Parts: sequence; C-alpha cells; structure tokens
Amino acid sequence: MTGVLNVDGLTKQFAKDDDAIVALRDFSLEIAEGSFVTVLGRSGCGKSTMLNLLAGLMEPTNGTVRYRTETLTGPHPEIGYLTQSDTLMPWRDVRRNVEMPLEIRKVPSGERRSIAAELIRGVGLAGFEKHYPRELSGGMRRRASLARMLAGRPATLLMDEPFGALDAQLRTELQAELLRLWQGSGQTVVFVTHDIEEALLLGDRVVVLGRLGRIVLDRAVDLPRPRDVDLLRVDPAFVALHGELARALKEEAAQ
Amino acid sequence: MTVAAPVTTGPVVIPRDRSWWQKHGTTTTVWLVRVALVAILLVLWEIAADRWIDITYVSRPSDIVGRLGDWLADGTLWTNTWITVQEIVYGFLLGAAAGVVAGFVLASLNFVYRVLDPFVMALYAIPKVALAPLFIVWFGIGMHMKVLLAAATVFFLVFLNTAAGVREVDRGLVDAVRLMGGGRWDVLRKVVVPSSMTGVLTGLKVAVPYALIGTVIGELVASNKGLGYLINDSASQFDTAGVFATLVVLSVIAGVLNVVVSMIGKRVNRWKPLDD
Repeated sequence: MTGVLNVDGLTKQFAKDDDAIVALRDFSLEIAEGSFVTVLGRSGCGKSTMLNLLAGLMEPTNGTVRYRTETLTGPHPEIGYLTQSDTLMPWRDVRRNVEMPLEIRKVPSGERRSIAAELIRGVGLAGFEKHYPRELSGGMRRRASLARMLAGRPATLLMDEPFGALDAQLRTELQAELLRLWQGSGQTVVFVTHDIEEALLLGDRVVVLGRLGRIVLDRAVDLPRPRDVDLLRVDPAFVALHGELARALKEEAAQ
Repeated sequence: MTVAAPVTTGPVVIPRDRSWWQKHGTTTTVWLVRVALVAILLVLWEIAADRWIDITYVSRPSDIVGRLGDWLADGTLWTNTWITVQEIVYGFLLGAAAGVVAGFVLASLNFVYRVLDPFVMALYAIPKVALAPLFIVWFGIGMHMKVLLAAATVFFLVFLNTAAGVREVDRGLVDAVRLMGGGRWDVLRKVVVPSSMTGVLTGLKVAVPYALIGTVIGELVASNKGLGYLINDSASQFDTAGVFATLVVLSVIAGVLNVVVSMIGKRVNRWKPLDD
C-alpha cells in the first residue's frame, strides 16, 4: 500500500425501518499521492456515499479508509471536501466564510485576513468580500466554496460534482481554473462526476463505477497537459477514450 | 495557488442617484396616512360621544386626555405604569432566558426531546389564565405572581420557536464545520446558534405582546396596583374614561416593546433576503 488514500473492502448500508439499503459494497481503491483521479458513474451508483466515507463524514458499515498511515475515524484536517451543494454559511459574508477554517484552527485574525484575501483573489472574487452568499450567483458561490476549502490548506481534495449545477460555459471556465490551481501544487484530487468529458478533461486516471460501487473500468488518461476542452474534443485519443468510457457505462447499465 | 482570471460574469455594483422623495417617499406617505386615520377616528369619536352614543359606555377622547392629565399630575399614572412595566420586563426576561436555554438543550438531545414533546405541548395548550389562581396560592398577589405568569406565557413561545430553529439546522452546514476540523463546540457556536437565530427571534417577537397580556391578566385577577388594577378599579366605578386612559398607556407600552424587538431583529438578520 503506497497510495495516500487506501480504501479497503468498504461497505455502507443505511438502515430504513426493517431493511438495510446497501449503497456501496466491498469497494477498494488506492489513490496515488499527487494524482488527479476522476470517478465516473451514473447517479445512484454510490459515488457520493464513497466520498462521504473518504471524507470521514460517515462511518463505514464494513472496511476501512486509510489516509497515509492512519485509519480514518472522522474528518481529517488534511482532507478538503467540496460537496455538491453549497454549504457556505448564509450569515457570513464571503471573507468571513473563507476565513472560517482558519478561525476553527485558531489562526490569529490578522493572518486570517491576509490568507483569505489572497485566496479570494485566487478564485477571482476580489471585490466581493463583503457580499453575502445570497447576493452571489451560483458560479460565484462555487468559487467562494473552493476558496474556503483551500483555506484549510488540504493536501487531498475530494470533490463531488462541484460544477454539476452550473451552465456549460461557466463549468468550462471553473474546470480550467481548478486545473490551474492544482497544477504544481502537489495536491491529490479525487473528483466525482457523471460527465465523461469532464472526467477525461481533468483526470490522470478515470475510475468508472457501476452499481454499488463496483469498479467497471480503471484506466490511466494519458492525454497531454495542459488540456484545452475545445482542442481535446477533436483529438482522436480523446474520442477513443470517450467511446471506451461510454461503452463501460452502457454495459454496466445493461446488466 | 496562482492568480486566476477575474470574474467576468455576475452582477456589477453601481451607485443609484435618488432624490429625497425617491428614498423616503413611501415611508412618508404611509406615516401621513396613519396619522390621518387616527385623527379621523378621534374626531368621529369625539362627535359621536354623548350625541349618538351614551358617554358612560364609550367616554370621549377629550375626557380620556383629561384623565391622563389628572393621573399624571397626582402620580397615579406613573406609579402604576412603573409596576406593570417592571412585571412585563422581568417576566419577559425570565421566560425568554429559560425558553432559549431549554430550547437549545432539549432540541440538541434528540431522545429527551422525543420523550418530553407531548408533555410540553400539553402544558403549552393550557390557557395561562387558568394558572392564575394556582399562582396566587403559590406566590400571593404581589409582583412575583404577575412576573411568573408572564414568564410562563413567554417561556413556551420562546422555547418552541427556539427548538424548531435548532432542529431545522442544515445538516450540510454542520458537516462543513466538521470537515474544517471543528468539534461540537464549534458546531454549536458557528452553525447552530446563528442558524437558529431566526427561530429565537421569531419566538421573542411573538412573546413580547404575551408578556404584556400575561402581566395584565395577572393584575386583573388579583392585585392592588398596576395598570390591570387601574382598569378594574375604574371599571368598577363606571369610569370608562379611566379604562380607556389605561388602555392607551398599555398600547404605548406595547408599541415601545415592539420597536425594541424589531431593532434586535434587524441587527442579527442582516444576511436575510431584503424583502422582509
């Protein structure tokens, strides 16, 4: 086991009255340090459950998640998690939202302020520090969430369809920004999506999940970086990979 | 973390040039209409009294003002108002403090909340007037009884609204704090308290008039001072002007209390949508 995140035999069941609903069954995965792994799957395949388990938000019914040398029992300060829905505090403005992880770590307020200002500029929200989340558009809220997650200085980022609710142009824009922020940072990213194109554009490696988190396909993406979405679409290697992933998803659905 | 492109989408803030009337016009109109409405009613009342309706029943504005002047001069008004105000304030503070604390504690303890819920609802449903005789037996007819009667009324309103606020806290926000490495204390301070503030404030707002109601009912049932006593005393002498004069004082107190509460609300809920 050499990966930064090692998942072994993970099973998660949710109790509902007299039944237990299985969301994930015997799922194992190893994530290498510094890699960008995209997890592709249709909705309901247990992607979000898997990420919640990796983030330490849920207790697995069976199996373990190991982060470096420790077995996770709760959220880990080095793991950042960008959820599908916005979880910015509506009663805090952008700056105070971004400062929040630092506040919890008891970073002195002067330092907090300068780190937050830097991050807000980094995600392109300069000038909106004093705005409350309800005054921002969906894309700006995503940027603020991203800045808040980065404020915790995570070494590993978990992302659950972070751009799923945005329009196509904005998604492309934010994907490019995410890559720019990630490149050279040495951070490990696990990015969950249901969009084949997004999975290929971002990842070094794509893991296709089937029902209950069964791994249908696990494949390296050797497209050269930096990747440009418009050029990529007509690249034969990309088209071949796209076809392969689409087939994998379709076969799984047919079963 | 390199610098990214600036935001090219989203809203742009520009200053709006507005005249005094554009800024305050609606508010001014509303106030003018309010004043006019009160003036018309008072004039109608003054004309109708003793001409169409027996003055013993309805009194008349000039008499009421006269009575207020007399009472103000001999100190009756001030002594009794001060007693009632004290009872309202103490009752409200006591009930509100107990309600907020109980709301936070019970709503955080799921099991205890489930056990106690029906009992709380049963107690809540009891008209608090029905408790007055019991409170007289327990606490006598002094100020304690009114304070506690007001507090009992206020407690349930604040408690139920606070508990509802605490129980409706967004799970996602709690998880967000846990992901930042926050413990139970951080979750309470940074999510549960601010998020349930809407519920707490609703409870406080709703409870303000009830503190007054509880107090005055307590005074009406048994007392020898206070505005409730003044009403009883005037009514027993068929002094309608005295009753109305006291009611005027009570509504002034209610108005002042409401202003105080809405000021707190504005301060805390700045992040709420602009339309409320």
